[in-house]
Amino acid sequence: MTRANPQYTPAGRPPGTRSLAEPVREWQKQRSERNTRLEVGSRYATGKWVPAESAKALLEAVIRPGDRVCLEGDNQKQADFLAEVLADVDPSRIHDLHIVQSGIVLQAHIDLFERGIARKLDFSYSGPQGAAIARALLAGKVELGAIHTYIELFARYFVDLTPRVALIAAVQADRNGNLYTGPNTEDTPTIVEATAFKSGIVIAQVNEVVDEVARVDIPGDQVDFFIKPEKRFYVEPLFTRDPASITETQILMAMMAIKGIYAEYGVTRLNHGIGFPTAAIELLLPTYGERLGLKGKIGTHWVLNPHPTLIPAIESGWVQQIHCFGSEVGMDDYMRARSDVYFTGHDGSLRSNRLISQTAGLYACDMFIGSTLQIDLAGNSSTVTPGRIAGFGGAPNMGSDPHGRRHPTATWLRAGREASAGAIKLTRGRKLVVQILETFGEKMQPNFVETLDSIAMAEKLNFDLAPIMIYGDDVTHIVTEEGIANLLLCRDPAEREQAIRGVAGFTDVGRGRDHKAVEALRRRGVIRRPEDLGIDPLDASRQLLAAHSVKDLATWSGGLYRPPSRFRNW
Amino acid sequence: MEQFQVRGMARQRAPGHRPDAITGVNASGNLEVLVERVLPDRECLVEVTTAVTGFRGVWEAVIQNFFERCSPGGLRFSINDGGARPDTVTLRLMQGMRLMETAP
Repeated sequence: MTRANPQYTPAGRPPGTRSLAEPVREWQKQRSERNTRLEVGSRYATGKWVPAESAKALLEAVIRPGDRVCLEGDNQKQADFLAEVLADVDPSRIHDLHIVQSGIVLQAHIDLFERGIARKLDFSYSGPQGAAIARALLAGKVELGAIHTYIELFARYFVDLTPRVALIAAVQADRNGNLYTGPNTEDTPTIVEATAFKSGIVIAQVNEVVDEVARVDIPGDQVDFFIKPEKRFYVEPLFTRDPASITETQILMAMMAIKGIYAEYGVTRLNHGIGFPTAAIELLLPTYGERLGLKGKIGTHWVLNPHPTLIPAIESGWVQQIHCFGSEVGMDDYMRARSDVYFTGHDGSLRSNRLISQTAGLYACDMFIGSTLQIDLAGNSSTVTPGRIAGFGGAPNMGSDPHGRRHPTATWLRAGREASAGAIKLTRGRKLVVQILETFGEKMQPNFVETLDSIAMAEKLNFDLAPIMIYGDDVTHIVTEEGIANLLLCRDPAEREQAIRGVAGFTDVGRGRDHKAVEALRRRGVIRRPEDLGIDPLDASRQLLAAHSVKDLATWSGGLYRPPSRFRNW
Repeated sequence: MEQFQVRGMARQRAPGHRPDAITGVNASGNLEVLVERVLPDRECLVEVTTAVTGFRGVWEAVIQNFFERCSPGGLRFSINDGGARPDTVTLRLMQGMRLMETAP
């Protein structure tokens, strides 16, 4: 093309010619730098294998100050050995790293910043280190880029946050560096794709070195070095909710959600959060759901982590298929034996993939339902509480209406029509985004507030943007023990506020309601109480749960689910 | 330990003929309610004994709301509270009232 348009070439010169005064531009600097680093690093390697005791020397050889590094910290799986080694390098040799990873979960992740090895941070989720991150930010130890959702951070790996070095975790490696990631594949393919194909360096810690890997999750030519530490990598059990801890209030809310939302909208494709109210819903499908005749009509296709509390519904034939972001400790054999339901490799074990599952949850689900810690008068929700930044993870992707969606379903269209007051010919559908929570949380902390704690936190830390888990304009329903508020049917901010106050119970926000306005909303069906839905409070009993304990879940699974010891009390 | 009573008027007599019923458990974060049909048809009363002090205003709001919502005429509720949140209080009161409609 350029040849045909010589007028567009710089300074009118034909392409391929250069003035002698111009310096030669190098187009493969990243590749040649990679080769230099690999050459230094290979001193510690036999082929791609590096002994654990040389790990620190390897990292000091291939990482340079200022590098952008992804230290695989996923929602669950942690490259914990590599994290500890990196946190132990000489800060005079390696410093000012820019850490780009989804989870800040381990103490070693914080140590990187405390020791000055890393300076800048872009991440998604910080669950157990939420308080430590807040402290490090206040102390000026961390220069924060942004707190992302998962898809958002992964997207930036391919645009402006591409890692120079990725330190990842896998179950097995063969001598060519082919990796088997096991059920917890999670973020690994995405991290490696971004790093390996942009002349970066990929180093894996593996649990075992084998002649032939169980399946190839990461091809060996994308892996530069692997190390086998003494200990296997750490996996955090995150999705196990003990049925014994589910309260009768949560059962009441679960009944309302099933009858007032799942059944009403015919929700078949969905994602659940990880709180107790949604665990209650999972355990009510084979009992209450069955009684309502909903089997096959709701909850058939899921984007969901392997929640043990879904086992009774799966075993009762409710669930057709589930794609998982990650795995869950103790669920491996169960999922292997239920390959019609779960995505598994030809080796038999689960294949999870966070980026793909998040995308599926965003575009191919008609509903997200999850809990939160604070909701304001506009329906904005946040999990930031004083002194803690928990990050986002995936909830904002699941809990948002994707404007790029074009395929209709009855559920999606109905929600869109409820939201539209006028002509509906070109009205697009809406994703159902449901927040389910009790009006008071731990220690009588109100879950409904005038102003989110997130805003004060953002001011204190000079954030340009207060962290909001789910924006109010994406929320379609709020379920509390007092009832369901359908925000799709609210026509202005004042109505919306009264609809929220009208289910906020005896919190200050709830007690500040305009009783007349709330009763008017109830007559219009914007607010529905348990009695409006024909729900008998006597049904809100633990007897209604399909399993009453973790042991019951193991029994439902025919012994295939093996709960981790912390959930075993028998 | 705090003890108090909340009295109210009901629109109608609570349905059923059962003389008394008991629901819930007196455990941490939970409560036990004894319901007795011992009052005139348009009166209702809740007696609260709670281990947690300082929430009397919330209790009164929760109980008045229950009276308006369910109209438990003729019933006296005795609550033994182990630090339940308002959602549990409302649920237990509603369950107690429903039990009075059922056969013992």
